[in-house]
Amino acid sequence: MWRYALRRLGYAVPILIGVSIVVFALIKMAPGDAADLLIPPETPKEVAAQIRAKLGLDKPMHVQYAVWLGRMVRGDLGISIVTNEPVAASLLNALGNTLMLAVPAAVLGFALGTILGALAAFNHGTILDRVFSAAAITGVSLPHYWVGIVLVAIFAVTLNALPAQGMGPGGIPRTWEQVRHLILPVFTLSLIPMGVVSRLVRANVLEIIGQEFVGALRAKGLLDRRVLVHVMKNASPSVMALMGLQLGYLLGGSILVETVFNWPGSGGLMNLAIFRRDVPVLSATILTIAALFVLINIAVDVLQAAVDPRIRR
Amino acid sequence: MATDTTIALAVPGLRAAPNEVGQAYWGNVRRRVYRDKVTVGVILILCAIVLMSIAAPLVTAHDPAQGSVFKRLKPPGFPGHWLGTDEVGRDLWTRMVYGGRLSLLCGVVPVFLALTIGGTLGVVAGFAGSIVNTVIMRSMDVLYAFPSILLAIAICGMLGAGLRNTILALTVTFIPPIVRISESVTTQVRGLDFVEAARASGGSALSVLRHHVVNNVLGPILVYATSLISVCIILSAGLSFLGLGVTPPNPEWGLMLNSLRSALWVNPVIAALPGVMIFVTSMCFNLMSDGLRQAMDVRL
Repeated sequence: MWRYALRRLGYAVPILIGVSIVVFALIKMAPGDAADLLIPPETPKEVAAQIRAKLGLDKPMHVQYAVWLGRMVRGDLGISIVTNEPVAASLLNALGNTLMLAVPAAVLGFALGTILGALAAFNHGTILDRVFSAAAITGVSLPHYWVGIVLVAIFAVTLNALPAQGMGPGGIPRTWEQVRHLILPVFTLSLIPMGVVSRLVRANVLEIIGQEFVGALRAKGLLDRRVLVHVMKNASPSVMALMGLQLGYLLGGSILVETVFNWPGSGGLMNLAIFRRDVPVLSATILTIAALFVLINIAVDVLQAAVDPRIRR
Repeated sequence: MATDTTIALAVPGLRAAPNEVGQAYWGNVRRRVYRDKVTVGVILILCAIVLMSIAAPLVTAHDPAQGSVFKRLKPPGFPGHWLGTDEVGRDLWTRMVYGGRLSLLCGVVPVFLALTIGGTLGVVAGFAGSIVNTVIMRSMDVLYAFPSILLAIAICGMLGAGLRNTILALTVTFIPPIVRISESVTTQVRGLDFVEAARASGGSALSVLRHHVVNNVLGPILVYATSLISVCIILSAGLSFLGLGVTPPNPEWGLMLNSLRSALWVNPVIAALPGVMIFVTSMCFNLMSDGLRQAMDVRL
């Protein structure tokens, strides 16, 4: 088990290096570099060249990459060219805010998705199955940023029942006021994972119910809910893989929902950085989220192996 | 990564009676699609949306760029503008019809490009195996390390907004999943007896690939690609919603949602209307993909 986990971590190293190369290439492909923003157009050529040399922009690409990667690995994510603050601090804060949305949304979406998918499968062919399946396909087809807008239009503008924007007082939610700010964005974010998870759970459960061991369990006289445990355990590995991916999408994809609700998370940070052309903030955020995504996937792989020994090989 | 465990596949045609191959298989598929009322219905709706946006000047009398300061944010049912007007007094129905042009373009073109590039890479990786497979699949793993929307935002955000960068970003985003599916399908087909028989009877690698492999993997890959169009429409409209996609004053559904956001407190119905088009189109592509999947007996 531990050897499997170590092996998975080993696989992650080349992937993380590849990810850093992609992000570095994007930084270099972006129109204008760090020096262009610092140097006014009327600066004499020699002075401009000096500034470039000081920033290390005159060195060959692979040297620049190595220097940049070294800084990133040590946790020095650079300095924002707009606010002059260290990127790491604001990113950490923003990621915390994003997690405050992503974690409840994941829990809600995964729980509802699993229940709806399993119910649909166990009632295969009935009206209930059709209703749940229709709800699931609607969930995957909805542009969630639009759902956010519609929810704001209903609950904030028309009914004036819930706040439309921001996170209120901030911090770990303890008061009702803080929770009120979470309701709409969390519900909006949970729709996609709910739809995707319920579709996969339904398909998996349907396939497993048809297998011989389920018939054998029933023939043995096992109660329905005991059979359910066996079926769900067999359905879980691929569902867990999907949940890992979805959690990553919630981290990276929350930018749209965060924009709708003006939520001060990593998505909001990226959005701001894009419009200020703040490349250090943007690249560091992308790199961090991608690295988190890789780590989440490894954690899921290890969990999968814990449930299903066949995967360990 | 962990996703490849979820892919299971039935090679099209193998489940049908043994003598029903080639023409008969596609005939069966067509018959099954015709019998499926939902699929026929959504295909008709999609055709209507496509035709409407192509023939936009015939559907509406207004100019999508022509606004009026006196008629801003009028509600649906306003005389002369049955769906109302937007924040600069342009006819909303006209903008929604014309908006279909760019929205559909950004939804279909990247998937088509990704299908061409990713499908080729995947089939080559699956058919060649060994080192070629390793190189292609490991580089895809790197792109897979980005959550899809993040990759699109990274590319658009770094390179700048605009139609060209949107299509580029979405194409790059959709290549890895298509490569992965086509590689896994090809690997499975390659191990089947008829491929081995074709090689044993002296077929060159290229002719086996063309006559026996490609024919059998195209179905599942196409079905998967149609399901991506739905995602692509949502993502491309999302990029424009963030201000990263199509630039104003072009009509585009996501961009309309973005520019109408400020009107949410004045006229919530108008502000939400463009999203209906994104939703309906993506829903139709999803249902069509499900219908095709059932008719072609593909499991992904």
